[in-house]
Amino acid sequence: MKFIKDYLFPRLVQYLLVVFCGITAVFFIPRIAGQDPVLEMIAQIQVQGGSLDPTAVESLMKSLEELYGLKGSLFEQYITMWKRVFTLDFGPSLFQFPTPVSDLLRIYLPWTMGLFITSTLLSWILGNLLGGISGYFSQKRWSKVLDAIIMVIRPIPHYVFGILLLILFAYVWPLFPVGGLVLGRRTAFNLDFVLRVLHYSFLPALTLVILGGASWFQQMKLLVQNVKREDFIQYAQAGGVKERLIISRYVLPNAMLPQITQLTLALGQVFSGVLIVEMVFSYPGMGLLLYRGVTRGDYNLVMGITTLSILTIATAVLVLDLIYPLLDPRIRHR
Amino acid sequence: MGILKDLFKDYRFTIGFIILCLLVFLAIASFFSPYDPIEWLQVARDKPPSWPHILGTNSKGQDVFWEATFAIRNSFIIALIAGLLSRVVAILVGFTSGYKGGLTDRILMGISDGLLVIPLFLILVMVTMLLREAMTLVNTGLLLAFFGWAWDARTIRSQVLSLREREFTQTSILAGNKTLPLVTKEYLPFTMPLIFSTLINNIGWAIGMEIVLAILGLVRLEIPTLGTMLQWAISYQAMLLGHWWWILTPLILTILLLVALYWLSVSVSEYLDPRMRIQRIGAK
Repeated sequence: MKFIKDYLFPRLVQYLLVVFCGITAVFFIPRIAGQDPVLEMIAQIQVQGGSLDPTAVESLMKSLEELYGLKGSLFEQYITMWKRVFTLDFGPSLFQFPTPVSDLLRIYLPWTMGLFITSTLLSWILGNLLGGISGYFSQKRWSKVLDAIIMVIRPIPHYVFGILLLILFAYVWPLFPVGGLVLGRRTAFNLDFVLRVLHYSFLPALTLVILGGASWFQQMKLLVQNVKREDFIQYAQAGGVKERLIISRYVLPNAMLPQITQLTLALGQVFSGVLIVEMVFSYPGMGLLLYRGVTRGDYNLVMGITTLSILTIATAVLVLDLIYPLLDPRIRHR
Repeated sequence: MGILKDLFKDYRFTIGFIILCLLVFLAIASFFSPYDPIEWLQVARDKPPSWPHILGTNSKGQDVFWEATFAIRNSFIIALIAGLLSRVVAILVGFTSGYKGGLTDRILMGISDGLLVIPLFLILVMVTMLLREAMTLVNTGLLLAFFGWAWDARTIRSQVLSLREREFTQTSILAGNKTLPLVTKEYLPFTMPLIFSTLINNIGWAIGMEIVLAILGLVRLEIPTLGTMLQWAISYQAMLLGHWWWILTPLILTILLLVALYWLSVSVSEYLDPRMRIQRIGAK
């Protein structure tokens, strides 16, 4: 019971608060800036050459207001918005009118999640393992070389690193496609398809794993250098415990726990990185959708992406928080 | 002077310092540019590097070298506004939260945790989409500052928390020192290295974000920055057409700038942490 009260309950409250505040912010930002998507939509139709008579404009405005959830007072709109969030209905997309935003998201979200989960896991595990071993043997030559390489890679932003890899491995040395994996409505799921997806996702995943791994590497290295100085490690060394055992049983687990907490905190940033990398490689995920939405002024789509991302990340953080006690005996036994 | 001499023994500090000096020099050179940074068709288009256009010219008819000097200067402006201003917020929040503790701490950290969990980049995109026309250098900097303090406030708070537990805090309070002098005179010097390294990280983040916003076309594209320069090069298919001098210039400058800043910060914070200094000399 104490566990539920001290650990589980605060986490759940935080989750609900973050989702609530985030989505409320998404609701109010355009309204503070005073943008009217209905007028903009009509302007866009008129720009595209459609001539509309006044009565048609009026009826169109009515139906658009309903579609976008702009009917009634601000409070009513706010309530409508929450109803829509629960049913994951974000109205129609502007640039692919009248396709609903939720349909687009349903197609693209799995791709983003695939890239996000694989690359985050890989970079976290690789970065921590390498960082841990390299931190333990920080005086060895290979450790110093590795550190020097990481020192160059670490500060490079996602977009720049992605473009560099794209230039190197898609233009200069065309090993990989420039991008443009097109999604069909129904794709046959066979070996050929899987290979093609791997081919297209390799560079985006590589960018994310290298950049993410570099940052975990450095944090882990510092942590391990501190753990290494603890008495129990020195005692184990003096007692003649095998070095491999010291690292795998004592040093790594102790240093890895804070890294899980760090991961929950960094998840939002990691996700932003995924979206950015998707833009570079035209990978068919939410990042590419975002790019298209932004360049075509499709505010509805961008709002849908943001709302769904807030839900996704908050839920992912909650899941990590709930798994954490299984890994940390100190919390489990409390 | 002795400190500088010690710092220059670290090759990372020396290299970082030299690169940064070069870049600042380039930024200053923009004031002596023979060309206007915004005007099109001032020189022959798409010429590879040769004298007098040492970095060639782009498809807009601009000299890439001189355009780059403006880009560096403007990116510096954005990054400095964003970095310094968000430092003020981060320090205020971090110190109040860490020193006061209790409910204040929980509320402030709740807010910053909330900001961290939400993918800020998307909120930033939403806001800039609405303010597109107003996204001048200063406003871009201000906006990035507004969103870029949460992580660092958290880092600063954790250091203040540990400082608060140390003996000198109690001594100082017993000696009758007020909170403000205690915090500014005793704590600030301790946290300075940390604040400095968060500043560098934040500058890196701001420059990276500016690039993405520019790629999305959400800042004033006619103002040359590292981001808009890259955006023009990409939208004119510089990669496909083989205009490598145009696309590589902003890329390499960005990397040089960020690597230089990062090395400086790592080197300084290692210098200020004597345990790390000993490790560097080679003791175990």
